[in-house]
Amino acid sequence: MIPDTTSGRPWDAVVPAGSFTALLRSHGLEPRWTLPAEGSALEAPEATTVLAFRYADGVLMAGDRRATAGNVIAHRNMQKVFPADNLSAVAISGTAGIAIELIRLFQTELEHYEKLEGSRLSLEGKANHLAAMVRAQLPMAFQGLLVVPLFCGFDEKAARGRLYSYDVVGGRYEETDYTATGSGGPYAKAHLRGAFREGLSEDEALQLAVDALVAAAEEDSATGGPDLQRGIYPNVVTVSVEGYQEVAEERVAGAARRAMGELR
Amino acid sequence: MNMPFYVPPEQLMKDRAEYARKGIARGKSIAALEYADGMLLVAENPSGTLHKIGEIYDRIAFAGVGKYSEFETLRVAGIRHADLKGYSYARSDVTAKSLANAYCHALGQIFTQEVKPYEVGVMVAEVGDSPETTLLFKITYDGTLTAEDDVAAIGGQEEALTAHLREHYQPGAPLAEAIGWAVAAFEAANSRTFQPTEWEAAVVDRTLGRRAFRRLSAQEMAGG
Repeated sequence: MIPDTTSGRPWDAVVPAGSFTALLRSHGLEPRWTLPAEGSALEAPEATTVLAFRYADGVLMAGDRRATAGNVIAHRNMQKVFPADNLSAVAISGTAGIAIELIRLFQTELEHYEKLEGSRLSLEGKANHLAAMVRAQLPMAFQGLLVVPLFCGFDEKAARGRLYSYDVVGGRYEETDYTATGSGGPYAKAHLRGAFREGLSEDEALQLAVDALVAAAEEDSATGGPDLQRGIYPNVVTVSVEGYQEVAEERVAGAARRAMGELR
Repeated sequence: MNMPFYVPPEQLMKDRAEYARKGIARGKSIAALEYADGMLLVAENPSGTLHKIGEIYDRIAFAGVGKYSEFETLRVAGIRHADLKGYSYARSDVTAKSLANAYCHALGQIFTQEVKPYEVGVMVAEVGDSPETTLLFKITYDGTLTAEDDVAAIGGQEEALTAHLREHYQPGAPLAEAIGWAVAAFEAANSRTFQPTEWEAAVVDRTLGRRAFRRLSAQEMAGG
């Protein structure tokens, strides 16, 4: 246990405990970054296309698998879509190392709150908290180490899926239908703009997500298309009233083959 | 100048223990027993909002009796301990054993050094991949830590509940049967029957995935 030397108690016994980040900070364990004032030429793995949109049962979120460092493909099978908790999902774009740590902290923060309080944060509460976490990264963004997430989830009170996009300064924007971010985001968004419609079934939504990612990969070298040879397919997840669910790889593979077939 | 009276340490400890025991005896009890897929915790608790049983981490549950503010403090400290450890290292590094040791250390310190001891009893249950790796720890107000096998109880009716459960308990029973034994033990100890809404019950169950903690509804407690 953590000795609290100030009060002489064996540990800090404050009952309405603050956030998990505050706890980390009080023990000097929070992720801390200090960089030289002038921009660095650091080449950390980054670049992405991640997207999210509403469908009949909730929201669907998908991401490609490539990470690049300059011209180099750093990773072919990166995961960029994660569960935030049982009823929400988060996807990352930007500098991979920082983003993954941010997500881990975000997941722990949500679970920590849920266990302490005995109830989950509201979807809006989660979205706002993520915005604050992104904003805290602002000094890093000026150094070129960006993190821009997407967040979506099932709102228990409103009984519908909702999605949020962010900007680099921690601006949080609720989107009505669809959104995408990352280097290939604009291409995916353009595809979604043409093909999105109300009340998509899960199968239709899966196909649309994969089509949009393939469209982005066609234009953006930092976005990886489905790799049929190696068997690397996009990560696709859904969040509905049943909670967070990953779409089985065989189904994504099927959708990827159809999407690639249409290109020929 | 006033000189403090000399109190022999034996007397001091005895008085403190008696004070703590009296406080705990006033409150209601909790029973824990292992079933086929995990560990069941049952508390007599008419309040639907103020919990005595809680989730600490993926496979670890907490149960506390006695003074609410004090075991709540311990529950919160346990969650902080577990989350901090799981974040700093890995989820699999958070264990009931280390948590139980931390509680034992904290309660021992409080018992000897604070103005008054905590009037609490605490259990920590962890479900493993098999019954052999499923753990149950009991920590008393003075920091005494015991590892229990499959059945334990804390609170004023600790002895009556444990005796009744030991008599009827059989390993590997399904959840419904374990609930039946727990309810019967409380009814025997209190010589009355209970409404399903008077229970607070939860399980850590290895079939539930990463977060194995689940609260049981009144309906499940009624055998429905």
